[in-house]
Amino acid sequence: MVQPLDRLVETPSQTAGPYVHIGCIPSFAGVKGIYAEDLGTSPINGTPKGEVITITGSVFDGTGWALRDAMFESWQADAAGKFAGHADADPAVTGFCRFAADKDRGTFTLTTVKPGAVAHRNGAMQAPHISLWIVARGLNNGLQTRIYFNDEDNTDDPLLSRIEQTPRVQTLIARKTGERQYRFDIRLQGDDETVFLDI
Amino acid sequence: MADLGPLVPRNRAAHPVAYDPDYKTSVARSPKWALLSMESTPSEETGPRFGHQVLGEWDNNLIMNYTRGKAAAMGERILLHGRVLDEFGRPVPHTLIELWQANAGGRYRHIKDSYLAPLDPNFGGCGRTITNENGDYEFLTIRPGAYPWQNRGNDWRPMHIHISVFGHSFGQRLITQMYFEGDPLIDKCPIAATIKSRSQLDRLVAPLDMSKSRPLDYLAYKFDIVLRGRRQTMFENKLEGM
Repeated sequence: MVQPLDRLVETPSQTAGPYVHIGCIPSFAGVKGIYAEDLGTSPINGTPKGEVITITGSVFDGTGWALRDAMFESWQADAAGKFAGHADADPAVTGFCRFAADKDRGTFTLTTVKPGAVAHRNGAMQAPHISLWIVARGLNNGLQTRIYFNDEDNTDDPLLSRIEQTPRVQTLIARKTGERQYRFDIRLQGDDETVFLDI
Repeated sequence: MADLGPLVPRNRAAHPVAYDPDYKTSVARSPKWALLSMESTPSEETGPRFGHQVLGEWDNNLIMNYTRGKAAAMGERILLHGRVLDEFGRPVPHTLIELWQANAGGRYRHIKDSYLAPLDPNFGGCGRTITNENGDYEFLTIRPGAYPWQNRGNDWRPMHIHISVFGHSFGQRLITQMYFEGDPLIDKCPIAATIKSRSQLDRLVAPLDMSKSRPLDYLAYKFDIVLRGRRQTMFENKLEGM
């Protein structure tokens, strides 16, 4: 025998279910009056330094159907690559946003500041990106992914460089569709399946 | 900001499988390819912080928060309490917990729920609080009812409360469900059964806690939550190979 390993195990995940909005975005569910306002309605307040952009997209299941009940959370640095809480961070960037797929068409929209490059622990620079967490009915675990940008230099990004099948890198890169506008679609399953992360 | 060390990699065996045909919606919504693993970066090691300014007076009292104290929700009154810890057993203080649930008859206040059990005019179904310096939290609520759902021909969800916890890092983010001790529907539920380890499923079942019950007022259930820990050793900040 050995000493007992004195460690706890993480609480298991369960699906957020179809009514996740009641708890996380109550006004979307039609529940009004409990909270003064929903949490995380915007990742910016006031006028942040840098470029304010809009990212639009959908999350598709393995049949190509856009989920109407997905909820997203995003977390990102400010335009200089600093996270909220850092002494030099832009006070107009909270960095956190919660948003839902539209219940009729399954489209989401995120309006935010374009993040700057973030330094990794070992000093390497990560290309500008937004971390995204997706929960929905049918997802037993929240899915982590990242949004990169096709008008940035992504060649040396440590995460993108780890993707062995280089065609899959494209699934993490938002496409510029106009002035300050980007498109980012997520495919849960199938040929163009988005790269999901375990980090 | 001080470097608190990378997150402990997730033990994926502790979590549900993504693809489980008994939970039908997971069939088309589960990724087919493997997840991309790497050590956490500042993007996962940092996360939003919420202070008490986000909380309102009634936020952790679901019996009263929908009417702002004017009238009580119908049902079995319970205190739900517990601690948030990390894998090393350290408390996770000052972290936001949110929950949502159906009413005593199993009906959700959501535009998409059309179950024939009625809404309770005094019950909304969501609450939130922030753990104290020891990682403790508590809510007052009513015990939710079981409800039927369109999966297999006659599937019913056990009584459950959905719980969302932030922790201090975006990579610790967790949503789960709490079940109640003794509910015979737990063993028939395909969502509970997505967790293949019995000991892990048992950790979602809150025991009755008579020591925290208030006589002539409410019963109590205890639900502890464990989040990912952070790795930090004396060698952590040395270069590889040193």
